[in-house]
Amino acid sequence: MLDWLPENISLEGKEVDFFFYISYYLTTITFILVAVTMAAFLIIYRQKPGQKAKYSHGNNTLEIIWTVVPTVILLVFVLMTQASWARLKYTPPANPDVRVEVIGKQFNWVIVYPGPDQKFGTSDDLKLDNQLNVPVNKQVLITLKGEDVIHSFFIPAVRLKQDILPGRKIPFWFTPIKTGTYEMPCAELCGVGHSGMKGELVVHTEESYKKWLKTAWSKKEEKS
Amino acid sequence: MSESNHTSSTHDDHHSHGGFWSTYIFSFDHKTIGKQFLWLGLLMMIVGGLLALMFRWQLAWPVEKFDTAIWGLSWLSDENPFLPEGKMGPDVYNMFVTMHATIMVFLVVMPILVGCFGNFLIPLMIGARDMAFPWLNMLSFWTAVLGAIVMSWGFFVEGGHASAGWTGYAPLSTVSDYTGVEWGQNLWAISLFILSLSSLMGSVNYITTIINMRTKGMNWFRMPLSIWALFITAILGLLALPVLGSACALMIFDRVFETAFFNPAKGGEPLLWQHLFWYFGHPEVYILVLPAMGMASDILSVFSRKPVFGYRAMVYAMSSIAFLSWIVWGHHMFQSGMNPALGTAFMMTTLVIAIPSAIKTFNWLGTLWGGSIRFTLPMLHALAFVILFVVGGLSGIYMASNVVDIYIHDTYFIVAHFHYVIFGGTMFAIFGGIAYWFPKMFSTYFDSALGKVHFWLTFIFFNLAFFPMHILGVGGHMRRIYDPTQYEYLADLQPMNVFITLAAAGMGLGQIPFALNFFGSVFSLSGKLYKHFSQIFTSLIVGFISYKSVAFLLEGITKPVITNTTRTISGVVSIVFFIIIYRYLVRNMKIFGELAVQNPWDANTLEWVAPTPAPHGNFGPELPVVFRNPYEYSVPGETEDWAPQTTPLKPQADGASH
Repeated sequence: MLDWLPENISLEGKEVDFFFYISYYLTTITFILVAVTMAAFLIIYRQKPGQKAKYSHGNNTLEIIWTVVPTVILLVFVLMTQASWARLKYTPPANPDVRVEVIGKQFNWVIVYPGPDQKFGTSDDLKLDNQLNVPVNKQVLITLKGEDVIHSFFIPAVRLKQDILPGRKIPFWFTPIKTGTYEMPCAELCGVGHSGMKGELVVHTEESYKKWLKTAWSKKEEKS
Repeated sequence: MSESNHTSSTHDDHHSHGGFWSTYIFSFDHKTIGKQFLWLGLLMMIVGGLLALMFRWQLAWPVEKFDTAIWGLSWLSDENPFLPEGKMGPDVYNMFVTMHATIMVFLVVMPILVGCFGNFLIPLMIGARDMAFPWLNMLSFWTAVLGAIVMSWGFFVEGGHASAGWTGYAPLSTVSDYTGVEWGQNLWAISLFILSLSSLMGSVNYITTIINMRTKGMNWFRMPLSIWALFITAILGLLALPVLGSACALMIFDRVFETAFFNPAKGGEPLLWQHLFWYFGHPEVYILVLPAMGMASDILSVFSRKPVFGYRAMVYAMSSIAFLSWIVWGHHMFQSGMNPALGTAFMMTTLVIAIPSAIKTFNWLGTLWGGSIRFTLPMLHALAFVILFVVGGLSGIYMASNVVDIYIHDTYFIVAHFHYVIFGGTMFAIFGGIAYWFPKMFSTYFDSALGKVHFWLTFIFFNLAFFPMHILGVGGHMRRIYDPTQYEYLADLQPMNVFITLAAAGMGLGQIPFALNFFGSVFSLSGKLYKHFSQIFTSLIVGFISYKSVAFLLEGITKPVITNTTRTISGVVSIVFFIIIYRYLVRNMKIFGELAVQNPWDANTLEWVAPTPAPHGNFGPELPVVFRNPYEYSVPGETEDWAPQTTPLKPQADGASH
């Protein structure tokens, strides 16, 4: 089933996939055990002439066992997950390689690049609709903002998603490790244009990124 | 209320003292009110189901890309208010998705599970004559009807019905400009407010009745698990529904009176809506499943002829689930933008709440172990409940991990999960409960043969429709999107969307035998014409589904042209299935309306001590006295493998009754 996952192109995605696989093995094994046991009971203990059912009200030892064992398994799972969650969501990086703002609005993403002065809100900022350009193997920090309703910034290939709350600034960071173009759909119902609200993440090689930087800002100067 | 205890030969004779209106419409009798809730729920299930089939149609064949006319069903997409030019737009799609869920949760599952079974079973199973507050009981039903009317009205107002999802996140739902929906969303909120009042009335009644009106000898730990479950559910309802009502009131204030509780542009907080909604919403989902668990426990025990394995553990498990359900709501909000530290806290509590459900599953298996299992119709549904609930519960493990949830939140993985627990779980328990208690409710039998055909059609096509949704979710397919073909990375998954829609259509058709059975059995349509019609129509449905299934298998589901060879093979297979099902039905169906005996299942619980039909007051001049636990089946040394709870204990059996 997990073959259906899109290709993972980020460092963070590796952690998400790791827990995806653990969940998959845990749940599949449990399901098989339960299903086989149930099928066996239905066959072995079906009504047969002359055979009476066992008069049993339960077994306290079993109750304790099948309370403690799942608890331990899940506890380990959860503690491992927590370490990862803290890395992925608690503290945005202090010195990312690339800073970008993404504004979610009905019905597109507005990507704001700070330009050479690396400050937002200055005249050298560049705004693009729906296209996020980043260099490969560099850490990207996005500040998510919203203008109207709740949207959700989702990059399946990066495995990360973050709801955008209008009125707040929410950090979102990742490091892409493969070049290419990947879709960035909105993942929270945001109105009639929710379907089709998407952008593209373009992960450049170092060279290609430098070229894009030059072209994008010279185009901007031409316009102004 | 008169206390007649004569059994009569038809099931409406004993109401001869009242008129039509006080017997069937404004009745104070809990049994009638329970049946009224059942009719409400079943009627709304048709609406909710059709809405789903409509938007599944769009998902499989998005309107911009395909002719909406398919297979001679072009008349379905003729111009109408919902389909201008015969096409579904994204606004209508969002509306159908929203209303499908809203109707299924609030107007189908709650009325049937809590309104019908709660009302019908509680007094009968605890040995009471009626609910503590019969007038309030009647009011609770008519309030629910008012809520249903207000909810339905929203379809006919300008701007359409609510379309912000059943979760109604603000500010999409609180500022009309964002959706174009005006009064529809207001009516949605008003209706939910009214429905929450109806639930409150029910909760007050159930709690009071169970605490105060248990008959002599009916100690707490002699109550059947159905009643424990309904009691715990009523407490959850009492505490949770007011939160929903309040949140909806605040939504109305924001929409109509220009307050700013949830509107960030005016200083409000969108997350507040989510916290309020899910603080209600999580206990709500346990309201939707606990009575099903209780009923499944009872049915499994009766048809294994064994006590429930770990009865007290089951009670403690349900109680812990209820208690814990108040502190897990944030797992619906892991990605919402709330402080990630809260995500940590809620993940821990969510881990804990998984344990009691696991305990219950093992106890159900323990009940089957060593049994003498009869595969009656109610038993089939209860068994399906167990295994499908396990699937749903296990998929919950993925999302309990907040890291995995980053990816699967708002994808079809979530949709698969909740359909497995609510449909695979609760709905099958409802079908099982209807089949099991039908003789007591309607004095006739629910036909077992026709019921089994319905069971298998539903079970097979439910799994075919919903299991692939896990795969869609793994592929990153979002929820609530109108046209999946707009996304390149979803292109490989689109055939699965087609498959799911076809399976859902099969499942929808599979409900027709249930309707035929229900009508025939409730109204005692004992004539040959109706019976033959049911047999032929059901067999035709199976034949048709077989024909289409084989055709799709041979030609694939995306290719529109069917060759003559395919037609021939499909035709042959469909004729074979038609014959098999027809012969099965002809040989095994009974006459609709055959009068039921008082205790057709040889079950111990008190409702079977009451006559069929049970009169007003349920038990005749003397209330039953209880001496036994509810699950004393196959007690060693006794001649029968069952004993009603009113059977006095023999001295040597005394120690064995725990």
